[in-house]
Amino acid sequence: MTQREHFDAIVVGAGPAGNSAALTMAREGLNVLQIERGEYPGAKNVQGAILYADALEKLIPDFRDSAPLERHVIEQRMWMLDDESFVGTNYRSDRFNEQRPNRYTIIRAQFDKWFSGKVKEAGALVICETTVTGLLRDKRGRVIGVATDRDQGEVTADVVVLADGVNALVGSRAGLRKELTPRDVALGVKETIFMPREVIDARFNLKGKEGVVIEAAGSVTAGMAGTAFLYTNGESVSIGVGCLISDFAESEVRPYYLLERFKAHPAIAPLIEGGEVKEYAAHMLPEGGYNAIPQLYGDGWVVAGDAAQMLNAIHREGSNLAMTSGRIAGETIAAAKAKGKPMTASTLKAYKRALDDSFLMKDLKKYRRLPKVLHDNKHFFTDYPRLLTHAAETMLRVDGVAKRDKEKAVMGSFRSERGLRGLASDVLKMSRAWR
Amino acid sequence: MLESNSVKVEDKLYQNRYRVDEGKPHVCIQPHTVPSEVLQKLVKLCPAGCYAKADDGTVEVTPDGCLECGTCRVLTAETGDLDWNYPRGGYGIQFKFG
Repeated sequence: MTQREHFDAIVVGAGPAGNSAALTMAREGLNVLQIERGEYPGAKNVQGAILYADALEKLIPDFRDSAPLERHVIEQRMWMLDDESFVGTNYRSDRFNEQRPNRYTIIRAQFDKWFSGKVKEAGALVICETTVTGLLRDKRGRVIGVATDRDQGEVTADVVVLADGVNALVGSRAGLRKELTPRDVALGVKETIFMPREVIDARFNLKGKEGVVIEAAGSVTAGMAGTAFLYTNGESVSIGVGCLISDFAESEVRPYYLLERFKAHPAIAPLIEGGEVKEYAAHMLPEGGYNAIPQLYGDGWVVAGDAAQMLNAIHREGSNLAMTSGRIAGETIAAAKAKGKPMTASTLKAYKRALDDSFLMKDLKKYRRLPKVLHDNKHFFTDYPRLLTHAAETMLRVDGVAKRDKEKAVMGSFRSERGLRGLASDVLKMSRAWR
Repeated sequence: MLESNSVKVEDKLYQNRYRVDEGKPHVCIQPHTVPSEVLQKLVKLCPAGCYAKADDGTVEVTPDGCLECGTCRVLTAETGDLDWNYPRGGYGIQFKFG
């Protein structure tokens, strides 16, 4: 980095949070430097991936005209699996075939490159192939810039937006936050499997740019807290499975064995048969929820997106929370700059206040008890999927047994597996966690 | 299948695109004679299979196929077994799809 220029803001990372922050500030006329360690924006980023239109529309209202979108989602399947079967729900609606669809499948490496193009158009300076190695502080501890792995790679700015992703190395190594614990993060592994568009259309009952999302829980995670997914892209499907790292540490199951097992499940295998795997990826997901959110601002810095643990695990929302937090961080900084305020903690506190007023913190707060409940109650991932699939089989198999006797057998199986007290306590725990 | 040897992680990684920073591994293990419990677990838990047990009983890491997820980093944060950094800018995994 040759320029000894001082910037209004430095953004670390070019994922959804960093791009949203950089775009917002550049549009407001701030002199923005964005630093990305990948060869191109998206090179280090992994997601399922579902794009939620609402969060992006607030930044780029006409994004549908130019963004690389795979399919819009018209159907959501939720499956509870055992080894041979699943029981589940579907929601499919022609109303999702609307002018401005609500959810899309995307391929992140392509989407992030496109998003970064918008950031550059707005006037930000985007530098790739550069890893931020630390923060520059003044004598009072105020953050005044970043150190990078380039020659003479120190750059100063009034404020640094940390959007460096789930590992959040920059903030934790600078002592701005605690290190992640294995209970706060899940490990997800996924593959991108290519198939002709017509094959996907036929197998998933789709036409045009319609898409399907499958979320699955049960035996596929081998007793660990986690879920699996399959999303249809234009000419590929994204398939993956993720579980808490603390659970992996206990089970010592190889993550890619879980993925292979999911791919081999009798309900999944026919959907991907003959497909060609073109990439295998792994990434962590911040799943600690509200209670794992770190300090979000300080003198000369704010943190957004995965680095701030902004992920709603139960609703599978993350990229929209990243975009929303990045946008609000950018707005907060631009407003402070316009008023000539210094980028101190007391100024940047407005970021936290605005987040608290948004759906983002309201949702995360609503589910704050859920990570612990799921961590401490693995039977939600083992006993219930098995009981429900067996119940479905018992009721659907016609074999001369009277229906009342079948119902008794089903109720008996629930009672003997969980006990009446266990069942009541499970209902109570879940309804509390959902409140 | 959870114990199966039919799945080779090397075959999976072969599909990926890497720019390896030759001679500059971004993950290093502290010298040891007896590996900690968590280091031994990484042999199975690393999604890229970067960790292996050597003949002398120590655990070795070869991070060429690393997916930079950070699982090993989080698991060893308390034991201090690893010196873990991101690769130099522009090196390491370059996801084509992500």
